[in-house]
Parts: sequence; structure tokens; C-alpha cells
Amino acid sequence: MRKLSMFLWGICLSLSLFAQPTFPVNGVADQRDPCYAFTHATLVGQNTLTDATLVIRAGKISAVGNNVSIPADAIIIDCKGKFIYPSFIDIYADYGIAIPQRPQGGGFFGPQQITSNQKGAYGWNQAIRSDVDGSKLFTVDDAKAKPLRELGFGAVLTHQKDGIARGTGTIVSLASMKENQVIIKEKASAHYSFNKGSSTQSYPASVMGSISLLRQTYIDAQWYKNNPDKEGMNLSLQAWNNSLNLPQIFDAGDKWAAMRADRIGDEFGYQYIIKAGGNEYQRISEMASTKASFILPLNFPQAMDVEDPNDARFVALADMKHWEMAPSNPAAFEKAGIPFCLTTADLRDTKAFYTNLRKAMDYGLSEGKALEALTQTPARILGVYDKVGSLEAGKIANFFIATGPVFQEKTQILQNWVQGVKYGIKEENWSDVKGTYNLTVQSAQGVSNYTVDAKSMSAANVIGKDTVTGKFSYDGKLVKLSFAPDKKSKGNIRLSGVSNGDSWNGYGEDSAGNKLTWTATLKSQPVAKADSVKKKDAVKTGKMVYPFLPYGWEEKPKAENLLIKNATVWTSDEQGKLENADVLVKNGKIVQVGKNLSDASARVIDGTGKHLTAGIIDEHSHIAAASINEGGQSVTSEVRIADNLNPDDINIYRQLSGGVTTSHILHGSANTIGGQTQLIKLRWGSNDDELKFQGAPGFIKFALGENVKRSSSTQGNQRFPDTRMGVEQVMEDAFTRAKDYENEINRVTAEQKSKKGTVIDPYKSVRRDLELEALVEILNKKRFITCHSYVQTEIVAAMKVGEKMGFTFNTFTHILEGYKVADKMKAHGANASTFSDWWAYKNEVFDAIPQNPAIMQRVGLNVAINSDDAEMARRLNQEAAKSIKYGGLTEEEALKMVTINPAKMLHVEDKVGSIRAGKDADLVLWSDNPLSIYAKAEKTIVDGIVYFDRQKDQEMRKQVAAERNRLILKMTGEKKSGGPVGPAVPSYQVLLNCGDHSHSHGFLTIDMD
Amino acid sequence: MQIKNIATFFAVMLLAALMPVFAQDDIYPAKPYNGLLFIKNATIHIGNGQVVENGTIEVNAGKIVRVGKDIAIPADDVKVFDAKGKHVYPGLILSVSNLGLVEVPTVRATSDVQEIGTINPSIRSIVAYNTDSKIINTVRSNGVLLANIVPDGGVISGSSSVVQLDAWNWEDAAYKMDAGIHFRMPALFVRPNPFAAFLGNTAPAGDPVKRSLEQIDQVKATLREAQAYGKQTGVKETNLKMQAMQGLFTRKQKFYIHCDVVKEMLVAIDFVKEFNLDVVIVGGSESWQIADLLKKYNIPVILNQMHSLPTLPDDDVDQPYKTAVLLQKAGVLYAINDEDGQHRGKNLPFNAGTAAAYGLSKEEALSAITLNAAKILGVSDRTGSLEAGKDANIVVSEGDILDMRSSIVTMAFIQGRQIDLNNKHTQLNERYKQKYSLK
Repeated sequence: MRKLSMFLWGICLSLSLFAQPTFPVNGVADQRDPCYAFTHATLVGQNTLTDATLVIRAGKISAVGNNVSIPADAIIIDCKGKFIYPSFIDIYADYGIAIPQRPQGGGFFGPQQITSNQKGAYGWNQAIRSDVDGSKLFTVDDAKAKPLRELGFGAVLTHQKDGIARGTGTIVSLASMKENQVIIKEKASAHYSFNKGSSTQSYPASVMGSISLLRQTYIDAQWYKNNPDKEGMNLSLQAWNNSLNLPQIFDAGDKWAAMRADRIGDEFGYQYIIKAGGNEYQRISEMASTKASFILPLNFPQAMDVEDPNDARFVALADMKHWEMAPSNPAAFEKAGIPFCLTTADLRDTKAFYTNLRKAMDYGLSEGKALEALTQTPARILGVYDKVGSLEAGKIANFFIATGPVFQEKTQILQNWVQGVKYGIKEENWSDVKGTYNLTVQSAQGVSNYTVDAKSMSAANVIGKDTVTGKFSYDGKLVKLSFAPDKKSKGNIRLSGVSNGDSWNGYGEDSAGNKLTWTATLKSQPVAKADSVKKKDAVKTGKMVYPFLPYGWEEKPKAENLLIKNATVWTSDEQGKLENADVLVKNGKIVQVGKNLSDASARVIDGTGKHLTAGIIDEHSHIAAASINEGGQSVTSEVRIADNLNPDDINIYRQLSGGVTTSHILHGSANTIGGQTQLIKLRWGSNDDELKFQGAPGFIKFALGENVKRSSSTQGNQRFPDTRMGVEQVMEDAFTRAKDYENEINRVTAEQKSKKGTVIDPYKSVRRDLELEALVEILNKKRFITCHSYVQTEIVAAMKVGEKMGFTFNTFTHILEGYKVADKMKAHGANASTFSDWWAYKNEVFDAIPQNPAIMQRVGLNVAINSDDAEMARRLNQEAAKSIKYGGLTEEEALKMVTINPAKMLHVEDKVGSIRAGKDADLVLWSDNPLSIYAKAEKTIVDGIVYFDRQKDQEMRKQVAAERNRLILKMTGEKKSGGPVGPAVPSYQVLLNCGDHSHSHGFLTIDMD
Repeated sequence: MQIKNIATFFAVMLLAALMPVFAQDDIYPAKPYNGLLFIKNATIHIGNGQVVENGTIEVNAGKIVRVGKDIAIPADDVKVFDAKGKHVYPGLILSVSNLGLVEVPTVRATSDVQEIGTINPSIRSIVAYNTDSKIINTVRSNGVLLANIVPDGGVISGSSSVVQLDAWNWEDAAYKMDAGIHFRMPALFVRPNPFAAFLGNTAPAGDPVKRSLEQIDQVKATLREAQAYGKQTGVKETNLKMQAMQGLFTRKQKFYIHCDVVKEMLVAIDFVKEFNLDVVIVGGSESWQIADLLKKYNIPVILNQMHSLPTLPDDDVDQPYKTAVLLQKAGVLYAINDEDGQHRGKNLPFNAGTAAAYGLSKEEALSAITLNAAKILGVSDRTGSLEAGKDANIVVSEGDILDMRSSIVTMAFIQGRQIDLNNKHTQLNERYKQKYSLK
């Protein structure tokens, strides 16, 4: 057992082992190929072997098994009682590769940088860093390798964590050798993210911009392959193409981002391996639907110090719930059968790795799965399972020796062998010092014998005449012991020596100063008790809710058959207002409107004294999206709000409470031709895809005036346009290009058709351009415009461009001077979506008047009132009512401005906007006349599902309060029990808007453009 | 007389419709009227909670003489307005406003609201209050007849003045000058900004709350010095800043503390305790949490924005809307304000209407924008309710003024002068009705 004690070797050995033939030697050549045999060990793997032998030679495993013949030249290390594991693999490291820091800059009105700063024959966008080759950047960094080795890691996939395309990663061992020797696979992976990192180029400035850039780059790279002459040398695209056959790893970092990434992969035929963020358990079935393998970090949030109720006040329930449930993330993946790796990435301190891993196990992660996630899975994903990931002959000798099963709390890792070189970790624990020893002390006075009972590395009793407590220390090699020979003696015998395995010997002095020598030999060891694993109680957490917010659903809601009886029904169509009427809803649709209806299958809702209207439609909203503005360029028709919907927005629920059922989520107004919009229904609790309004035609946001010419930029404007003259030209130029583009596609298609046997694919020679493609859709009336606009000049100029180029401005939104040119708008065929009474918040709205909606309506335009504001959206019925006051509209006319009128301008009037048989059951039951400030939405129904119920809301408030209280107590308990606790962090709400706001939303809200 | 008045009205409308220039240059402040004036047959909302049905208001020389049911109207040359079926209210009061200081917020040249410096007690909003602002007339046409004009910026921003909204110049407009000093309390909670790093703004090192507390201490130290300065006798060097704060200690001036969260409001109490200042909390979105404490120290609250989102997703979905009723129940004196920059204060009645929808009675909600505001601003001896002795600041509406469904202001009087309710909006409306031949 204590045959060989060999620490101190590793360091000097590693310097000379495996010399490289091409490198000159300064000194005497010292090539060694040592062979080691690790005997009597438990070798852990898919089939764990006990009392087995592992033989390594020249950095590789040469034999593994129970009946291995030990080579004659092997150095034998007895590993009785020890566990040997294949060293772990971290698939998501930045070991040895620095992350460039981003210089200052950015923001809605920040400085602009139109072109890339990267010098050389690279692509146009600085964030596409596909040319980065991790193996070229990589340098060995022992200070960084050491903490990883101490955790049992032997190899990592490292890459430069910077940019949207991040180039290739390289697999390296954590050996402290020259770079040449540690690289296991030079190009092992290609990496992507949504984060432009150190790129200072303006584009992209949003999640959806990053998505579009990735999509366009896939297209460009393919096109470049076929048309190298047209582009010239493009090292970025070339590198992109060259790395497409590698494992593709996407840093998503969030559950919805994972979905966004996966959709890009699906579009271009690549399956990403997705780096998670830790909240994926909240949508595990969606994660499974990606069919991706995941890389899971273990950075579970710390408890917050919520002792002070004032501090606790601003910590949101969702943050506390996430704190409680985050450790269940790996277990959720295991349960869902989704393959995953574990990584040390994102940990504040790598020391927390085992603590957090064990926490994940308390929440249900199995040891087997954890081991797999750290060895086999990453190795297989990266295609290096022939080299690392298990203890098999032929593989690199990466393994660690532990005192027991590695995930158990008491287990210590003793040594980690990387490429056949030993790195000592807790070697002092190799042999358990515990036991009784026969101590013989020899001096001129004679020999005296004692028994030493070593309790631990720092405690021992010495039994002679009496039993005394000695001062003892043992560090694996050096032994110190000082003790009183008997209870009466005042002085101590002080011994100092070394351990040679089972025996110690050394030198000492007694209290009189007499020199002495001593030896101690092991007599007996305590029988090692099996590490008794206490069966921990399953961790109790709060319930999962959809979305992961207060007022979420525990079970996904289902459509009911409903019969609303005896209400005042505002149909918003020819039927007008019906008193004491009934509305029957079945399977999500309105089936009947009339009197005295009955249906046995329907739940009856008494509408007596109440008012029923169609669900409110907000033509201009910015809720439920991860980003809104892609202001990096003046034309960004390629970006799509649909790509970055965010169902976890409390404003969905808040707006349901104001009767809103459909919202048109618009791109912002930072640029002339903005992004594609998305119509959603406020299906609270659904996922991003389910939010979408099915069957609605596509729209796109345009913008004119001050915002697009950057009038408020504090740092000047370099981006064309800077005037309304330029804005007009941006539009004319874009559509001219779009027409040429379409013509070229048609020409090439015709040419291909004329040649028999030619596959019809115009994009083989014409670069498919996502930006122009969206504009061609407009020209072909397959996509419609909603155009942010204020003053009469720009409105008329825009319509003239449209008329010249052959398209219509479907909707002018904001349109506060629409009243000045309403006749021209009518002639053009535009709709108007406006505010009731906003004005004077900037120069271009100084002629805005609250009579605007009514004038436009009376001139014959289809007019809607929109919100553009997450707060005001809750009161759109009241905003509509203001046109009664200012413009003399009737109540029914006013209500139509937030129901059927917006439905018409969005081309969904066949589905929503009025109460009529056959339409979607999107309904609101109001407590009072819906045009009155005193009216409250009591029930808001979408597709026949009651998504908001004021009565139920009252109940849920109590539940939210109770749940908050439970979690505050739990966090405070964590603090009391000495667990890691950080300061309370107020939960900020980021509210995206289009840059037209001076409306405040409360002090915890960060208004972002 | 009534006929004459209607004729004047039409004359103005006709003039407005025909005027080629629409710079509001034809909307004149009303001339003083020193005679008798009656508004009869009205539903009179006094502002103190009481309602007189079918009542009459008698005004003499700009002051309310009496309000009641059986008031005889002499047959002399008096002005009589029949408000049958209409609702009559006290003039509404914007208790915090930048009206007349800011025309277009994004055009720097039109903004006179934020001065350089941190401790600026001698800065006076009144001297920059522009009675010719195009915004003012749009606000008063919704019934807002008085406003407290407040400077912004720094920590001590300066003094506010209450103005009436029908005047030729700021001296005429002044209703109560330099009536309060505004302290914008540095935030007492950590504001981590996830975007600061992205934007390259690195936060200053140290604990931001500690830094705020230090700043607050500086304000206290300044107040101590000002107090001592006031007690000095004999010849002294004049210090304008110290001088400007003397009214605080005699409680002639209010001390407006702009803050929102509980800790900040707790610190605000210090200023009552140490200096015995007449403290008003402005903002107070979390005031409902410590309503009892505010009541105990008699600290009123100006709720700056009823139409706001709840602070946290966890909060009741109607939290800001129902904050007023929580203060009402606790007995705290509070006013409702409309600081919204998108419509510049003209939705004040609807902010109160929202509070009424979420728990207040309509008369309580009315008080929150009339009498309560007047009390808080220190002008309740002259306005805020339709009571004898007060200025005849009166609004007549077709229906419930708090509900946009019925709130159509047909007449308004400031100090008994019937003011012109036209404004830039009505004029542009007329102009384009002309264009499209709309009736």
C-alpha cells in the first residue's frame, strides 16, 4: 500500500518528457518513455472494473483490464482502494485564448461605424470572425490549467469567445508542455453566437440583426463557393466554408436564444450543439424539440441577501424562483433524454464546480449521466473518443486517481495524469495517515516505546505510560510530533521526520535538549468505513409555471366552449351594438351571435350589465421581443422581429388585463427601411412560435424623419441620410436595387429554363440577398409597409416614391400630421394608425393635434389608435375614446379604431376585429361601457381561452405573495446556514421601444431603444 | 348677456377659422372682470367631496361669493351662464410641471428647465416661465387652470412657483412665487445597468448607495449652514443661496423631496425631524408601503404619474392605478399629477379618473387634482375648491370631467375672467376642416 511515494516528480519530469525531434536540445538529450502500471484500482467507465490494472507508456494507455500482464519495465503504482477515472473534458473553455475587450461605443444615438475595422482580405462585417483559428491563438497557460486539472479535467475544447462567428476551436490537453505537444485536434469545432463581442461596427446592433447576419453569411458563403471571381478573395467566407464540416457549437446562453439558434441551423441544414445559459429547464420540451446536444454550465445563482425587506422588495419572484430551481437544469435534460455535456464555463469560481455538480445531483442528476457528460459525451460530439473520454488502450493517458467515487463529497482527487504525466493534487491523502504506529525513540539514555494513534493529518495521541495528546502534523511526507512522555512531565519530546510509506523515521530532541532518533511503523489501520451515502430527501421546489413569471400557468390552458349571456355586445361591424345579446364560442371560434342562445357544452358567463367587445388590436407595439431596433444600417429589411420573440414578458399579461388580444410587434424607428414585423396574439404562457398570429401577411416597418436622420444623436451623424431629402433617396435607391435584383433573378431563371437539363437555381450565380428579397416581396404585394411618419413633407415624399416604384404604403403609423394630407393618403390607399393625443415631445410633432384621428377618419381613411407604449396599451379603449371628445366621433366609431380598423389595415379582418360568427373568439368582457375610463376588462379571451380573469387574478396575487414569502424565507435560511449569499440585486425590467419616448415606466424600468 | 357671450364665442371661432397665421397670436388673455357673475343650473363639484345638484355659483370681482341652491340672480348687468346638464369643477391644478419652461424637449434651445450645478436653491423657475408657450393653452382647454412650475437638474434644483394659466407675462401669471424648493434625492438603491458596460460607461467605484447618502448629508449640511446664516446678526456677506433657503425654516416655503422608494422616503422624514421643514414627497410610487408613517409625520405626497407600469412583474397589475386609494385610506394628504412628457399634462383629469376607476370615489379623485393639490402647494386659501372667498377658478364640462368619454370643457374662468379655450390644436383643426370642407 505504501510502496511508492512519488510526488515531487511530476514537475521535473514534465520538462523533458516527449522531446520534439525538430527542436534542438540545449544540453544532454533526455528522451524518456516511462511505463507505469497502476494496479488493484477501480477503473471507472461504462464497464467499471475493480481490482484492475491500467498500463500507460509514452503518454498513451497501453493496456487496461483485470488480467493485464505488467511489462517488466513498468513502474508499479499500487492503487488499492483507489478509483481511476478518465480525465474530464470541458467542451466550452477559453483556456489559453484571450477574449478581446470591446472598446467603448454603441447605443441608439451612439457613434456609428459603418465599415469593418479589420484590415486585410476579410469579409464586410467585423463580427464575422470565422477566420479565427483557435489553434493559432492558443498558448499554454499553466496557471489556468492547474485549477482545471485539480477538478479532474485533462482536456478542453478552447476557442476565442468573441464575435458572432468565432472561428474554430482546438482541443488541447491540460498538460504543462509546449503547445506543439498538447494540441489534440487542431480544428475541432466551429463557434457562433448572437453577441458581436469586440466588434465596433454598428451592424448588427440587435439579436435579430445577429440572426440576419448569420443567415446572410450562410448564403454568401455558399454563393462564394460557386462564384469566387465575383467576390474576389474573401478569407472570412473561405474560412467559414472550411469549417462547416466540423461540429458546430452555438453559444445561446438562454432558453429562447437556444430556439433562435436552432432555427438558423434548421434553415441551412446544420445541427448546432447549443451552449446553454442555465434557464433551459423552464422550457425543457422546447429544448428537446431542437434535437440538439447541449452544453450546460453549472453557474447556479447565489442566494441573495433579502433579510432587509426594503432590499427584498425589488427582487422579482422569477429571480428567486430561478435561484431555487436552477440546479434542476441538468436533471431536467437527463429526464428529457437530451444529450448534454457539462462545462466549467460561466462559473464565478471553478472551485464551485463540485459543490454545484453535487447540488445538481441533489436535484436528480445521476452520477452516471454526470460522468458521461464530462467524458464520453463531449469526446463523441467532438469526434475524439478514440483519443480521450475513457480508459481504453490506445487513448491518451489522461486519467485521474481519486480516493473514491469522484462525485462524493469526501472523495479527494490525488493525482491527475495528463498525457502520461502526473500532476499531484491532494497526494498527501494518498495514504491514509490514520492508524496506530509503534514509535521507538532512541537516545543516549536508551530506547523508549510508545504507540501513536494518528487520528488525522493534524491530530494524534501518544500512548506510553499515559495517554497524552500530541502536537502532530503530517503533510504526506514530513512528519512532526511533539508530546509529553507522561502527564507529569513539563517538557515535550519534539520529533521531526519523514514518511517512507508505512514507516517514518527522523530526528528529535527531548525537553533536556538531548538528541535522539526515532522510527515509527504502522501497526494497524482502522477499517475504512464505507462512505455512507445518506439518502437525501428529494429537493422541494416551487411549481413550474408558464411563462416563468408571476401569474403564469401551472398547466397550459385549453380552449373552452363559452356562452356569454345577456351582455351589451359591441360587434364592431354592421350589426352595431346589440343589447342583451349572447355570444357562443366553440373550439376557439365565435359560432353564434344572437339572443337566447344555448349550448349544453358551453360554460355560461353571465354578461348582465356588462359589455362585450372584440379583443383590442394594437397596431404598434414593442413588447415580447428580445430586440426591437436594428439601427446599424439605413436599410435592414432582412431583420425580422419574428426571429427574436420573447414570450417571458409580463407586459403580455398586463395588456391582457387591458383587453388587448393582438399586438403588432414593430421594428423600431432607427432607420428608414427597418425590419420585418410580427403580428402576435397575447397567448400568455405559450412559446415564441405559438405567439405568432397564424395566417397573417407579413409587414415591414419603415421610418421617416428625425429618428432616421439621427437628429438627437449627441455624437453627430455619419450614417446616410441626414435630411429628409436623403431619406427619400434611401427608399428610391433600395427599391431600384430591389427591382434590378428581381430582374436579374428572372433573367437567370429564364436562361436556365431555356437550357434543357439545367437545374433551376438562380442563386447559383445571383447572390441571394435577404435585404432585397423583402423589398421584392413588397413590390409583389406579399409584404406590407407600416411607416413611422410625422410631417406632411415626408408623408407625401414617401407616397411619391411608392407610386413611382409601384408599391403602396399600406399604413402610416404615428402619422401625427396625417390630417394635413389625409386626402393624398386616401388617394394613395394608405391606412393611418395614430396616437390619440401625443404631441410636442419632439420638434416634428409640434403640429400634432388630438383631432387628427377624427379628421383622417372623416376624410375617409381607415384609422386606428395604437399604443407604441407598454403602459398605454393597457388603456387603448380610453385612448380611442378621446376621439369622441376631441373629434366628435360616435362611441362605436371610436371603438372600431382599436378593433376592426386595425384588423383591416393588418389584413386580418377575416379572423379578428369584430364579433361575428366564424371569427376567432378574441373577446373582452368589460365591467362598464368600454369607452369609459371606469371600464375594466373582467375577462380577456383569445381563441376561446380565458387568458385574463380579474377574479382569478385576485387569487393569483395571493399566491404570488405567498410564493415570494416562501422564497424570501428560504433565501434567508440559506444565509443563516452559511451558504453563499450575494447582495440583493433589484430586478430591472428592460422595456424596448422605438426611440420616441419621454414617458416614464417606473424606476426599475430601463427604457431601451 | 348670454347671447352676447355666445356671439363672442362664434366671433372668435370664425376669426380662428379665417386667420392665415396660426401662432395663437389671436388668443388673448382675458380682461379682468370686476362685476357679478353667475353660473346656474349646474352640478357643482365643490372639490372638497361635496356636490351641489342644480346649484348656482355667485362670483364678484373674481372671487366666489357663494355656492348653493337658491341663489337669486339680479336682473342687472351681470354675466349669467346657464350650465344646465353640465358639471362644474374647481380649476384643475398640475402640482408639478415644466409648462412654460420646456417647449420641445429635444430642441435644446427651447428648454429652460435644467440649470448647471448641484446646489441651486436661488434658481427661480418663475423668471423663465413663458406665458406664450403654445403648450399652455392646450392644457387649460382640458380644465387645468393652475400649475406649479418646477425646475429640474442638480440635487437642489431651485424654487418653484405656482402660476395661473392665463397671463400676458410671468409677473401676471404668478399665483404664489417661490413657494417651494426642490430636492432631488439621490437614489438609495443600487442601479445595476446591464447596458452600461456595453455602452462603455463604467460605473464609478464604490457603493452607490453610500455615495447617495453622502450627497444627502451634504444637503443636510447646507441646510444647517443656511439655518445658521439666517440667525446671523449684524453685517454679513450676502450669500444668495443661503438667502434663498430662509423661507424653508419659517415654513413659508415647502421642501419638495423627489423620491420613490421606501428608504428614500424614510430619509425624507429626517428633514421634518431635524429642520422642521414642510416636506412634500414628489413621486412616491412606493408611498403606499409606508402610508401610515407618512401620515404620522404629516408628509403629503404628489403622485407624479398614475399612468405607469407596476414596479415589478410581481406587483398587482393595477398597482400604480390603485396607489391613490391606499393613501386615501391611510389618511395621507396626496395629489395626483400628470408628468407625462407625451401630452404635457393635459391628461391630468384622466390620471385622476384612473384612480377613481381603481378605488377612489369620483369626488376624492377630483380633490386629488384640486383641493389636495392646492393644500400641498400652499394655495388652498385662494383656490382648489368652489368655496366662498376663493378665486373664481372654475371649469365647466359637458359631463364627468374625469372620464374622456364625457369630459368636454366648454367654459373656464380664472379669477372670474372667462378664458379663451382655443389653442393651437383647435386652430389647426379648424384650418383643416376648412381644407376638407368638414363641418
